[in-house]
Amino acid sequence: MSFVSLGFLAFLAVLMLLYYTVPKRGQWILLLAGSVFFYAFAGWSSLIFITVTALSTYFAGIYIGKLASARDAYLKGEGKELDKEAKKAYKAKVKKRTYLIMSLCLILNLGMLAVIKYTDFGISIINGIFKTNIGFLRFALPMGISFYIFQSMGYIIDVYRGKYAPEKNVARFCLFVSFFPQLLQGPISRFDELSKTLYGPHDFDWDKFARGAWRVAWGFFKKMIIADRMITAVIKLSGSPDQYKGVYVVALVLFYAIELYADFTGGIDITIGVAEMLGIQVAENFDRPFFSLNITEYWRRWHITMGTWFKDYIFYPLSVSPKMLKISKWSREKLGNAIGKRVPVYLSTIIVWFATGLWHGAAWNFIVWGLLNCLVIIISQELSPLYGKFHKRFGFSNTKGYNVFQMFRTFWLMGFIRVLDVYRDVPGTFKQVGTIFTTANWGDLFNGSFLELGLGRQDFIVVLIGCGIMLTVSILQNKGQVRDNILLKRPVAIRLAMFALIVLLIAVFGAYGIGYDAGAFIYGQF
Amino acid sequence: MEELLKILKEIHSDVDYETCTTLIDDGILDSFDIISIITEVSSEFDVQIPANEIVPENFNSAEALWKLIERLEDE
Repeated sequence: MSFVSLGFLAFLAVLMLLYYTVPKRGQWILLLAGSVFFYAFAGWSSLIFITVTALSTYFAGIYIGKLASARDAYLKGEGKELDKEAKKAYKAKVKKRTYLIMSLCLILNLGMLAVIKYTDFGISIINGIFKTNIGFLRFALPMGISFYIFQSMGYIIDVYRGKYAPEKNVARFCLFVSFFPQLLQGPISRFDELSKTLYGPHDFDWDKFARGAWRVAWGFFKKMIIADRMITAVIKLSGSPDQYKGVYVVALVLFYAIELYADFTGGIDITIGVAEMLGIQVAENFDRPFFSLNITEYWRRWHITMGTWFKDYIFYPLSVSPKMLKISKWSREKLGNAIGKRVPVYLSTIIVWFATGLWHGAAWNFIVWGLLNCLVIIISQELSPLYGKFHKRFGFSNTKGYNVFQMFRTFWLMGFIRVLDVYRDVPGTFKQVGTIFTTANWGDLFNGSFLELGLGRQDFIVVLIGCGIMLTVSILQNKGQVRDNILLKRPVAIRLAMFALIVLLIAVFGAYGIGYDAGAFIYGQF
Repeated sequence: MEELLKILKEIHSDVDYETCTTLIDDGILDSFDIISIITEVSSEFDVQIPANEIVPENFNSAEALWKLIERLEDE
């Protein structure tokens, strides 16, 4: 079931009505039933995968929890008199067992993800290297599998680390894995955060409900008025690279940046808004990323929950693992202190970005995309002392003008790396970007050629105004939430009129028509 | 503590580590810095800081980090 469908709105209306009618202790059970219903629309076979993930993670968590409790009880009771070394040995023995259980859970789930998502990519590599002709298996990717598996794996690692106790109720845990607003494209929630509000009880609160509804409407505005309009031009420009070179490549970078931002943040707005209407707090996934001054900051503000997931569960464990510390020690001895101390950080960074690329899709363009991000981050890191001296020498590092230049630079740098997503062909992307310098067709900006990309003059005006509104809202957010500071302070009649206006705008200016696929949230495919 | 301050000074010489208690909260130390610190600490103090201890509370100040090192040495 797509967010952008009448079916979803009807589902939401019925669910909300029941949610605030049933006894409060049953609210989370209703949410679980609703989530199963929502997921069943993606096909019953998809339900099998999410059930395997939920149950395997639940039982692994319970088992780890039991071992940890038994360990603590033993050390407080019978084992109290043990000496320090014996206690250490006992803890290590238990840790080994919990590690084994966690590892089995990770292998099962990540293995399932790998088989479904990456088998054909592996086959294509084998076919390429050995000139074989093995047929592709073409597994259908279950909806949201990358998101719910990562969320569940975060949970089991946290339980193993002793960050929190495992959830004892299997149905409650299943709701954590399958909570429907975040099934399509995240965010990747943490159990200790989401569980604070997920299970209620929740009284109906008109202000909270209205806040959520505004956020949902804002998401639909971005998705339907901007993203779903831009997609036509993006498909056309990327689909015929021989025809669209030079200035069109620059336009594609810009159009795709707008489309992806409006699509992904719009989808997340709907997710967070729906959760807010239910009284549930879901993690924020964006912090106005196009205002970032550099790529490192950009990745702290874009798809935040994915970035922190990779940082907490791959980057840090890898960087501080005994093997990596050995590598560090060796490289310090052999290569000197300056290079040696960089080795664990940069090696882990490369591995994390390789994995991030692979997570986005089973194709070389995603891997190269990840590694290019990594390259820019490492270069920035290496050049930062030089930048520091440069800024100090000329004294403009904190001027508004220079900050705008940095935002502009980061926006376009990220944009050019990001077009690998749409061309989906690594050499082809580099070739296309190269045509910017070899094809003199900038005059096409003014001769009406851009009106042949599937968007009429009115469409461009709507997108321009839409982007202007997005930019204004983002600037206003410097002083806090626009909903709290502006919208919700007005009298009820004005609030209702304004809400009706945004709904009307979506209905009138939302993109519908040939080739329009309401279900296609870009991040849904990952 | 002196050795730890020396390690920290090498990462960012302009920070007053004896008074600053918001090294993570204010973004003074990023993830690259944290790993560099852990690598240095592991070779200087012969203690391994596991990934689950990489939380703001342990890295917000030199004192908090020192307490973590002492705790891990004790375990």
